[in-house]
Amino acid sequence: MTDSGPETNPPGTLDGTGKPVLEIDSLTKAFGGIQAIDGVSLTVNDGEILGIVGPNGAGKTVLINMVSGFYRPTSGSIRFNGQKIDGLPLHKVGRLGIARTFQNIRLFNRMTALENVLTAIKQHTTHPILAALAFAPSRQGIDEAMELLDLMGLTARANQGAGELPYGDARRLEIARALATKPKLLLLDEPAAGMNEQETGELIEDIRKVRNRLDAIALIEHDMTLIRALSDRIIAMNYGKIVAEGSSKEVLSHPEVVEAYLGTDEEEDG
Amino acid sequence: MIANLLNGDNVVFTGVNIILAWGVYLSLMTGTLTFAMAAFMAIGAYVAGVLTVNFGWPLAPAALAGMAACFFGGLMVGFPALRVRGLLLMLVTTGVTFSVQVGIENIEYVGGVQGIRGLSGTTPAIVAGSVFVIGGLLWILSHSPLQRIFDAAREDESVAASLGINIVFVRVAGFAVGAALAGYAGVLWGHYVFFIAPQNFGILESVFFALFVVLGGVNNMWGPVFGAVIITLVPEIAREFGSGFAEYRQLFFFGVLVVLLLFRSQGVLSFRTISLKAPIKGLRPVTSVSEERADD
Repeated sequence: MTDSGPETNPPGTLDGTGKPVLEIDSLTKAFGGIQAIDGVSLTVNDGEILGIVGPNGAGKTVLINMVSGFYRPTSGSIRFNGQKIDGLPLHKVGRLGIARTFQNIRLFNRMTALENVLTAIKQHTTHPILAALAFAPSRQGIDEAMELLDLMGLTARANQGAGELPYGDARRLEIARALATKPKLLLLDEPAAGMNEQETGELIEDIRKVRNRLDAIALIEHDMTLIRALSDRIIAMNYGKIVAEGSSKEVLSHPEVVEAYLGTDEEEDG
Repeated sequence: MIANLLNGDNVVFTGVNIILAWGVYLSLMTGTLTFAMAAFMAIGAYVAGVLTVNFGWPLAPAALAGMAACFFGGLMVGFPALRVRGLLLMLVTTGVTFSVQVGIENIEYVGGVQGIRGLSGTTPAIVAGSVFVIGGLLWILSHSPLQRIFDAAREDESVAASLGINIVFVRVAGFAVGAALAGYAGVLWGHYVFFIAPQNFGILESVFFALFVVLGGVNNMWGPVFGAVIITLVPEIAREFGSGFAEYRQLFFFGVLVVLLLFRSQGVLSFRTISLKAPIKGLRPVTSVSEERADD
């Protein structure tokens, strides 16, 4: 990825080894009588960006919540680099290298932008007692955090309260914070929700910039511009099931996908 | 009037209350509002008291033993108790205070309801010194990465956990260290007042210790100090106005508290200490950092 010149991602040109990073097998999740996820199996491979599309209520966020450890699956298994992770406590999933952002942004609003990123620096989260002893906060941690802020174009905002950031910056800060955990897999839950065309364009560039720091990205999105620009492969979901899988062209013209989206105003989604 | 306030009693009682308030603060910072502080104060005072009175230990090692007992007591209570949240957790910690009080009343060895006498050794200087040392440690904490981990755990527990923070560890550690501080306050207090009995460590005391922090503010280490000083000294100031006013001081005091909670529920000093500012001017050229990272 480092020397690929202009970073376009035509389908099929993966930079990673292509071996599976995340393997989900016949996963189900029921809330009471409602089957939110109904037998989903999928893999995310090293080097790829997987786009997940589907109408609201299709189960996309539930899926991400299970992968990141927020929900426990009703049945089925999730493996990350070969290790079974369903049922692990949240922080263990995080430490293994799965980071995420949230559909409704969940920053630590009382902290500054820099503090948000510093909170997530891996050496501190895994060794909290050593973190207390490092009185002069290690230069390395600050450099790491500032570098991530800079990557997301937030250097000038470093000392601002996270709660005061404009919408687009808050989204970028969430990505920077996720990257501070040194993840291998990044899950983005509707990163472009509520953004206008120009902001979405910037976000696409930002996601391309962070791509080479990660093994793989899984991306939920309603915004088809972003999905087309970034996804190497797309999975379409409806009613908790996978209805189509393949390149963006194949999936987005698939009759069931068209049907699922028909009559849905994309602008109102999210 | 101010000169009258600066006597040994007030220094000790204010200092002890500040340490207790910091204990509550440490626990609250990690998301646990505790009404168990009087229990840990009792455990500290009794463990150290037995060691100094019955075994002739010097105060310092006895104090360490008292703190250690509270720390491990905090761990033992914390692991099962901190699985619950909010109101339930308050009830659990309230239960801890009641159980410890009733438990001590039934131990003949420590005098049952009669208590122990003969505790001595605390001086105003020891208390003042302790406040400065503990305050210094808390100041270091409030500028360390651990403070941000605590703040994150309190602000959004599940997001913090998904970033790799072990919430149970953080909460139990905060609770246990808070308990150890309360134990230390108990040691100092017990060895100043000479005589301790189970009724000194009731639920009302626990509520007061929590109020120090609620009144002063929970977001920085100075709020608890403010709350503890005001709540300790206002009755003393009121006493200066003669016994007529003194009878009403509780009424006055709780009246102020009600008004404060209505209009400033976050406490008087509610600012959050920024743990670290970005060194924007002294920033290293980012390109070099990027290159380093790309290699690893």
